Amino acid sequence: MKSAENAAHFQREIDRLKSRYPHPRSAVMAALRLAQENHGGWLPPEALREVADAMDVTPAHAQAVASFYDMFNLQPVGRHIVEVCTNLSCALVGAQQVVEAFEEQLGIPPGETSDDGEVTFRLIECAGGCGYAPVVAVDNRYREPTRPEDVTAIVEAIRGG
Amino acid sequence: MAELTVLKGAEGRDLTRLDEYRAIGGYSALERARGMAPQEVIDVINEAELRGRGGAGFPMGRKLSLVPPAEKRNGGPAYVVANADESEPGAFKDREIMRLVPHRFIEGCLIAAHAIQAKNVFIYIRGEYLAEYLVLEAAIEEARLAEIFGDVDVLVHRGAGAYICGEESALLESLEGDRGQPRPRPPFPPVAGLYMQPTLVNNVQTIASVPAILEMGPERYKELGAESAPGTVVYSLSGNVDRPGNYELPLGTTLRELIFEHGHGVAEGRALKAIIPGGSSVPVFTPDQLDVALDFDAVQAAGSYLGSAAIIVVDDRACMVQLALRAEKFYMHESCGKCTPCREGTRWLVQLLEKIEAGDGTQADLDLVTTVCDRIEGKSLCALGDFAVWCVGSYAEKFRDEFQQHVDEGR
Ligand SMILES: Cc1cc2nc3c(=O)[nH]c(=O)nc-3n(C[C@H](O)[C@H](O)[C@H](O)COP(=O)(O)O)c2cc1C
Ligand code: SF4
Ligand code: FES
Repeated sequence: MKSAENAAHFQREIDRLKSRYPHPRSAVMAALRLAQENHGGWLPPEALREVADAMDVTPAHAQAVASFYDMFNLQPVGRHIVEVCTNLSCALVGAQQVVEAFEEQLGIPPGETSDDGEVTFRLIECAGGCGYAPVVAVDNRYREPTRPEDVTAIVEAIRGG
Repeated sequence: MAELTVLKGAEGRDLTRLDEYRAIGGYSALERARGMAPQEVIDVINEAELRGRGGAGFPMGRKLSLVPPAEKRNGGPAYVVANADESEPGAFKDREIMRLVPHRFIEGCLIAAHAIQAKNVFIYIRGEYLAEYLVLEAAIEEARLAEIFGDVDVLVHRGAGAYICGEESALLESLEGDRGQPRPRPPFPPVAGLYMQPTLVNNVQTIASVPAILEMGPERYKELGAESAPGTVVYSLSGNVDRPGNYELPLGTTLRELIFEHGHGVAEGRALKAIIPGGSSVPVFTPDQLDVALDFDAVQAAGSYLGSAAIIVVDDRACMVQLALRAEKFYMHESCGKCTPCREGTRWLVQLLEKIEAGDGTQADLDLVTTVCDRIEGKSLCALGDFAVWCVGSYAEKFRDEFQQHVDEGR
């Protein structure tokens, strides 16, 4: 965030979040989520500092909370995030083949971001869609079920949009 | 077709809409409850013998009774916290409840708030459930505008990806703005929970079962389901089964009926190999246990747990060593790191299982799996440590030949 105006706007948003709870500290996760959205999907050190300032907690606390949860990214991510569940129910009905199809189509292994910065590809734990497996989430929107033969179209849609 | 209580009315109607929900009598249970003294509401839930659907099967009425009534709180608040963190591998029912009948869930929250005289309801929903969060927020907004809340405030708090936050004390830590690590207990949440105030923590489905109890009355509710666990439950059926999905059925439905009548069995030409009856955390069953009734006590008597009523079906293509490794990796990843047996033990189990799965394991490695399991079970701060052992330990015991073969034949 660059300008003082942006900082003031962020503070107002955080104050609104804080006011919803009996104890303002409860808004830490919401503040981190907002900061992450403002910073292109991840939390660089300055984002953690902004959260700490606006929340009136120490930077160490902001960092400690952020690092605890899988959905807070402490490394840069692509513009889109593709996630494949590989937990039991998905594994039993072919999640591995879906993973391989994405590897091939995206040209990167799980855990990496494509060179053009477009797509981050990762494996996740149970997404709560086990009955519609294998489950894939694209930018947090579930695609259930996803078969290996669906992967080309998914990747084209991401790259095109 | 058995009578439904949780998903009732959702076929053919869009119950996410307030007018539709009201058209089938929605929010009349709340009205009835508000016309009763808080203690009377607790009595009704007690009489219905509603047991928690989030994993442990604890009677909700008893939990409500543990919260000190308003006159004994010195003016201090009490809170209702709905556990919508649903992250147990195999479970996907709370999500369906929030998506299809959000108002019934909200109505249950408000009845619980009346019962313990709480002014704040917090719904802790897992961060990944974006679509469900939006449905819930819209329903809450509609109910708020219709002035259904009275002087109660309902807030949805989004998680951010951590299985351990489904554990109630970790959830409360997370809700307070900290890392989601379990607390030592006692004190238990009904006595000292959120912000150290009396707090009722219940699962989404437990709460969504409450309106039907007030509508039907406990006597009729108890006619549904098993003797020791009345009512219906939404079973999540997944894995190698022809028709996976959520099935709301009376508690005490047998595994055989669920898997073969509702789920249409395993694929043509395949044989049933194993059944995990309560989400990935519980001990595995073998096909000779198909006649076990899926209620809390019967499943426990048979050596496992109903847990979150998530049934995972495994057919003969699966390798149990591979499944054990996959399950253990999950617990290793989700261990919050607070206590040593769980943090180090899960890591150790993964290393051993990786070796065995790759065909490089020795007899000593296999024996060590059992030893490490013994050193974790019952020695951890929260039940995640036990979960990490029950899955692997039971696979290694009941499918011993397969593990032994990996060691003996190097595969
Ligand atoms: C590791 C772990 C994860 C849990 N995850 C959940 C969960 O996702 N949802 C849930 O309702 N209960 C979960 N529980 C159980 C809760 O601690 C608690 O017992 C439950 O929310 C109480 O609600 P109930 O009495 O209505 O079942 C979990 C427990 C443990 C130990
Ligand atoms: S048992 Fe595991 S998850 Fe539970 S408190 Fe200990 S380290 Fe954390
Ligand atoms: S195991 Fe993949 S969504 Fe549950």
